[in-house]
Amino acid sequence: MDLNGKKVTLHDMSLRDGMHAKRHQISIDEMVAVACGLDEAGMPLIEVTHGDGLGGASVNYGFPAHSDEEYLGAVVPKMKQARVSVLHVPGIGTLDHIRMASDLGASTIRIATHCTEADISEQHIGMGRNLGMDTVGFLMMAHMVNEQDFLQQALLMESYGANCIYCTDSAGYMLPDEVTKKISTLRQHLKDETEIGFHGHHNLAMGVANSLAAIEAGADRIDGSVAGLGAGAGNTPLEVLSAVLHRMGAEDGIDLYKIMDVAEDLVVPMMDQPIRVDRDSLTLGYAGVYSSFLLFAKRAGEKYGVPARDLLVELGRRGTVGGQEDMIEDLALTMSSQKP
Amino acid sequence: MANKLKALIIGPGNIGTDLLMKAQRSDWIEPVWMVGVEESEGIHRAQKMGVKTCTTGIDGVLEHVVADDIRIAFDATSAYAHAEHARKLNALGVIMVDLTPAAIGPFCVPPVNLAEHSASLAMNVNMVTCGGQATIPMVHAVSRVQSVAYGEIVATVGSKSVGPGTRKNIDEFTRTTSAAVAEIGGAREGKAIIIINPAEPPLIMRDTVHCLVDEEPDQKAITESVMEMIAEVQKYVPGYRLVNGPVFDGNRVSTYLEVEGLGDFLPKYAGNLDIMTAAGLRTAEMLAEEIASDRFALPARA
Repeated sequence: MDLNGKKVTLHDMSLRDGMHAKRHQISIDEMVAVACGLDEAGMPLIEVTHGDGLGGASVNYGFPAHSDEEYLGAVVPKMKQARVSVLHVPGIGTLDHIRMASDLGASTIRIATHCTEADISEQHIGMGRNLGMDTVGFLMMAHMVNEQDFLQQALLMESYGANCIYCTDSAGYMLPDEVTKKISTLRQHLKDETEIGFHGHHNLAMGVANSLAAIEAGADRIDGSVAGLGAGAGNTPLEVLSAVLHRMGAEDGIDLYKIMDVAEDLVVPMMDQPIRVDRDSLTLGYAGVYSSFLLFAKRAGEKYGVPARDLLVELGRRGTVGGQEDMIEDLALTMSSQKP
Repeated sequence: MANKLKALIIGPGNIGTDLLMKAQRSDWIEPVWMVGVEESEGIHRAQKMGVKTCTTGIDGVLEHVVADDIRIAFDATSAYAHAEHARKLNALGVIMVDLTPAAIGPFCVPPVNLAEHSASLAMNVNMVTCGGQATIPMVHAVSRVQSVAYGEIVATVGSKSVGPGTRKNIDEFTRTTSAAVAEIGGAREGKAIIIINPAEPPLIMRDTVHCLVDEEPDQKAITESVMEMIAEVQKYVPGYRLVNGPVFDGNRVSTYLEVEGLGDFLPKYAGNLDIMTAAGLRTAEMLAEEIASDRFALPARA
């Protein structure tokens, strides 16, 4: 694989996807310290939002330690070169949230839908563009459709005004060949000026390999997370990806030692549990289940005496999609009442 | 049945057709007109079902309203179109049952607050949203026992049952539903989340209702109240079922519901659409019952 001279924009998820792994309890001080460390290390884009996007504060997904307003208000003014992005899931957040994030200085808005439901994003993508934001269409659980159907959804988001389209492997299920197929199909058919991104999860330990495949196939932006802090077995660990990219001669603009230090000195000590491939996160990747279901399944499993793995496999079999966290306790209750 | 109230339906799409099928079985409502803006499959369906049809929009039917003694109009079009429909029909003394998210009139969730509307002669009642119809009875079932600081509902619907209107303005669903969770459900603060799932075969509508109560929940009283309310909703939506709960976890009370439709025009999985048409018809029927028993008088007509 030849990535020599390829330019890649890395995008850190530790303060948004990492919120899942921290049950949305990252403190303002931690958030500012990590963001400043990443800014120093040359990270061009840093996402700051509730794990489930703007307005995600809820019984269903978890109430955060602080509001999106408070986090953004604390982080954005401290950035020297990094831009701050926010995630927004139509059906959870509303246009008012997007306006708020823009007012607080977030420059990138990422509108996320399930990979077959792009047409619910029109008004939100439109608003991002009207506010002059870098507007990204973020198609989740991308493994659930083939590349042709995926392309149709990407084209819809592009037609609404998205200037970048993401292939999002929310379940950490994809293997490099599939990433290559999907990204190259997008590259072939989207407008030349439309950027393409890939968001991986490390549930099958394919985060780095999948990201390389994406770059080779034409991706411009790669999501990952410093120290891998993210849902499931975490996101693609950015300090690892950056080291690999440097060895391959790709250009990511990251100071490798500085990002290694942020990972080791700031992020690892924040972790409530090791973020690694274990029995349950491996099940996510193997069964194709939304990564943020992990901690919910563990908690419901303990409470109702049902193995988390059994819950996750059944959730996969039922075709659940991102956001259906409520079905985890429901299923645990049903399975526990059916036990002999 | 001399007591049947005569009605027209605006919007011959999925909702309008399903409503027509249900209304034709009603002991209290007689659907007379189906109103569309052009020749369409839905208009042809309505003709076959034996009602008069109009293809020139609301203006085409106005001259028949008094002659045909139309007293109720169901609006199954869009929030945008509803304002004009309501103005023109209200002026002729027709009561509007609004199935769009326009919410010009007060919210109506039949087992919770329909009696108030008939008492105050509301000329326009709004049926909130499908998620609202499915979940607000549960919020109310808790709030009538003890105070609810926060009510949150999660509605999950099959992709095939979500039409283009909802998709273009999904915020309308979240905004309208969360407002009604507070206003009608009785929670001090409301939140609504909608998830669209494309699984095949399509999943039956699922709804989760979380309430955070102020004091320690009275488990027995809340459970009884929830069971009573389920039975109330089942009177007009037989496929409304409690799958799990109420679950008590600290001050959280959660109920997990499933809404299966009757499968009239819309498939059974589309409980979300069915509960709207059933609630709309139930609203009109209750008005008709009130009129028949002289507890409510229709607006006078020359």
